[in-house]
Amino acid sequence: MDFNYTEEQLAIQDTLRRFIAKDYGFEHRRATAKSADGFDRQAWATFAEFGILALPFPEDMGGLNGNGVDTMLVMEMLGRGLALEPYIATVVLCGGLIRDAGNTAQQESIIGGIAGGERLLALAHYEANGRYDLAHVTTTATANGGDANSGWKLNGAKVVALGAPAADTLVVSAKTAKGISLFLVDAKAAGVRLRAYPTQDGARAGDVKLVNVEVNAEALIGSDGGGLPLVERAVDYANAALCAEAVGIMSALNEVTLEYLKTRKQFGVPIGKFQALQHRMADTVVATEQARSMAINAAVRVDSADAAERSRTVAAAKAYVSAQARFVGQQAVQLHGGMGVTDELNVAHYFKRLTMIGLTFGDADYQLGKFSDTLLAA
Amino acid sequence: MDLNYTAEEQAFREEVRSFLQAKLPADISSKVKNHKRLAKDDFVRWQKILFAQGWGSAAWPKVFGGTGWNAVQQHIFDEECADAGAPLQLPFGLKMVAPVIMAFGNPAQQQRFLPRIIDGTDWWCQGYSEPGSGSDLASLKTKAERVNSTDGDHYVVNGQKTWNTLGQHADWIFCLVRTSTEGRQQEGISFLLIDMKTPGITVRPIIMLDGEHEINEVWFEDVKVPVENLIGEENKGWTYAKFLLGHERTGIAGVGRSKRELKKLKGIAAKEIAGGKPLIEDMRFRDRVAQVELELMALEITNLRVISAEGEKKRAPGPEASILKIKGSEIQQMLTELQMQALGHYGLPYIEEALDAGWGGDELMPTYADYAAPLSGHYFNFRKTTIYGGSNEIQKNIISQMILGL
Ligand SMILES: Cc1cc2nc3c(=O)[nH]c(=O)nc-3n(C[C@H](O)[C@H](O)[C@H](O)COP(=O)(O)OP(=O)(O)OC[C@H]3O[C@@H](n4cnc5c(N)ncnc54)[C@H](O)[C@@H]3O)c2cc1C
Repeated sequence: MDFNYTEEQLAIQDTLRRFIAKDYGFEHRRATAKSADGFDRQAWATFAEFGILALPFPEDMGGLNGNGVDTMLVMEMLGRGLALEPYIATVVLCGGLIRDAGNTAQQESIIGGIAGGERLLALAHYEANGRYDLAHVTTTATANGGDANSGWKLNGAKVVALGAPAADTLVVSAKTAKGISLFLVDAKAAGVRLRAYPTQDGARAGDVKLVNVEVNAEALIGSDGGGLPLVERAVDYANAALCAEAVGIMSALNEVTLEYLKTRKQFGVPIGKFQALQHRMADTVVATEQARSMAINAAVRVDSADAAERSRTVAAAKAYVSAQARFVGQQAVQLHGGMGVTDELNVAHYFKRLTMIGLTFGDADYQLGKFSDTLLAA
Repeated sequence: MDLNYTAEEQAFREEVRSFLQAKLPADISSKVKNHKRLAKDDFVRWQKILFAQGWGSAAWPKVFGGTGWNAVQQHIFDEECADAGAPLQLPFGLKMVAPVIMAFGNPAQQQRFLPRIIDGTDWWCQGYSEPGSGSDLASLKTKAERVNSTDGDHYVVNGQKTWNTLGQHADWIFCLVRTSTEGRQQEGISFLLIDMKTPGITVRPIIMLDGEHEINEVWFEDVKVPVENLIGEENKGWTYAKFLLGHERTGIAGVGRSKRELKKLKGIAAKEIAGGKPLIEDMRFRDRVAQVELELMALEITNLRVISAEGEKKRAPGPEASILKIKGSEIQQMLTELQMQALGHYGLPYIEEALDAGWGGDELMPTYADYAAPLSGHYFNFRKTTIYGGSNEIQKNIISQMILGL
């Protein structure tokens, strides 16, 4: 057993912590959320310099050979800063997919670009009426003239693709004769239309419509019909990352709330003198530590080669962390009284992000169901 | 024991229902039911329609132009209005300042203010809270100094109020102000009515977490208020404010509104698809809906018990008001949360333009997102319900200390 970070990991954490304190303060974040892009391209370039965009890729792809724990500590810091940059969309989801399933040409053309901060990608997978079911794909890919070597024609519609508005390339799932398959699609390709919008937490996403979008044979990621396990794995990575982000937010939020309990006075005393609030604060700290343990568990096991073990652990973590995040977020708002429901303080913004993490890639009920189903299999 | 409404009560319900069918403007009820933005005019228009019917205030006695209905009738009226999607009749004028003016105001004040409240002419807002005085309201500092002058005696008001709901529309504000710093804090507070157009008043918006402008800061700088605008006696304002707290109980529970929202939740859960079936068929989600429904069933009966006791004038001060506030607000929050959760991914988009009435989606965004757009913001916004009107922590203090003597 070893719960310690390595020297290198501590160094990355420290670098990010200082960056967020100095260059990514709350007012900067607020302005960034309102900007046209909805994220800070300068910060993205800095992330490339720090190496965190290269983190989860093997050295032979120009990466730093990082693992789930490395991603966890990055996400925890990005959570603290409520960073709006599309790290999960580009690095974790799409980067992870190409790392794990792309061919050499795809890896060469894309991974280096991600690591260098030049390329942004988004996964366009979920569809209307599918809710969180990853197997629900009605978008179609038809092989031109029935021959997969002559390229594909894509038709369909995707919803809430995170980071899509800024992406140069979309990873689109579609059904071929053989089943769900993944394709690299140029975001500017003819027939691709995007309805971009901000999300409730200030980031950007979009709905994507594909009408007779032509891609060549090299656009296929992995095997024809082999897309579903790839998406499942990528989404597990993303959920493990979201758990870490939530834990980062929860600890930052607890610090803010604790400070408020010590400084806000009513009835002549700091409100932290009221035992009802002391217990509530203690409960939020307990919830956060328990959530942290589950996020660690997910971060370590998400790299497991055993798909069942991996997805079971991540589902457990996401179900549990989402529930704790809900409690901690709601209580932070409540304990701030009126100040908690203003746009002015970071409290509500942390709360909103926690809420959206809960709804992303499977909510607590969905994840609990997924975990619960494994009890029958056992 | 009989939990049924009498035949007369049922007939009354029918009467209210047909009135709502005939007179509630469809554009307004559609906004209410879909949580779209309401304009000042929507509230005012509805108040004027109610007034024309003689139903401007369900709770006021007949002498002041109210309906004179009993508590059960008022409850039925509230329930039907909520179900039909009528906008809330804002409480500040009708339910907060008016009862104080009736009980403690002089006849001149009653004649001057009450008719303009019930007919929808004047918009009132509440000026109690201050930045340093929220739960501990009695510590308030906004100062009113009495000055004798040739153009009539007046108070000069200086200070700041905050969290003013919809004060941006207000013609008048009723304030608790400090007129004395001697003795107990509670004994130096007075109840003043202030015209919002008076020089020296500045209203600044506070944007809430859902991005909307619903509350304000109100600053007072040497604001001259004629002494005629003092309610009752100087330094007795706290007593009047407390009278108000114990006065209006029907309505705090928000049962009618929550019943409407529960119906809406079920509608959404029937339309959203999970695993190829309507979400409501997913037992994990359905149980959550069922759980809130149980809470609401219990609250409805608790509320009716309080109302009946009130009707029989067995009104010993009890924990009822606090119970209704705690449970009512929690249920409202649970409902907004489940409505959001029902949307799945569609809880994420923030479609600003969809918050206004009339948005019907666009080609790239399916129209069903029309009902989706306001729901996450609504969940965020409704965190307020456990904070305002005496936070739920304060309500529990009232139960444990004042009622249970702990
Ligand atoms: C949306 C909204 C609209 C409002 N509209 C109006 C309005 O129109 N007019 C108006 O005058 N006011 C209005 N209010 C103000 C509202 O009444 C106050 O927010 C409320 O009284 C709480 O005060 P506070 O915000 O200062 O929080 P605080 O009193 O500072 O409370 C902070 C936290 O401490 C807790 N706490 C405080 N004291 C105790 C205690 N003794 N024991 C245990 N816990 C305690 C509280 O419950 C809360 O969780 C509004 C508030 C909101 C959020």
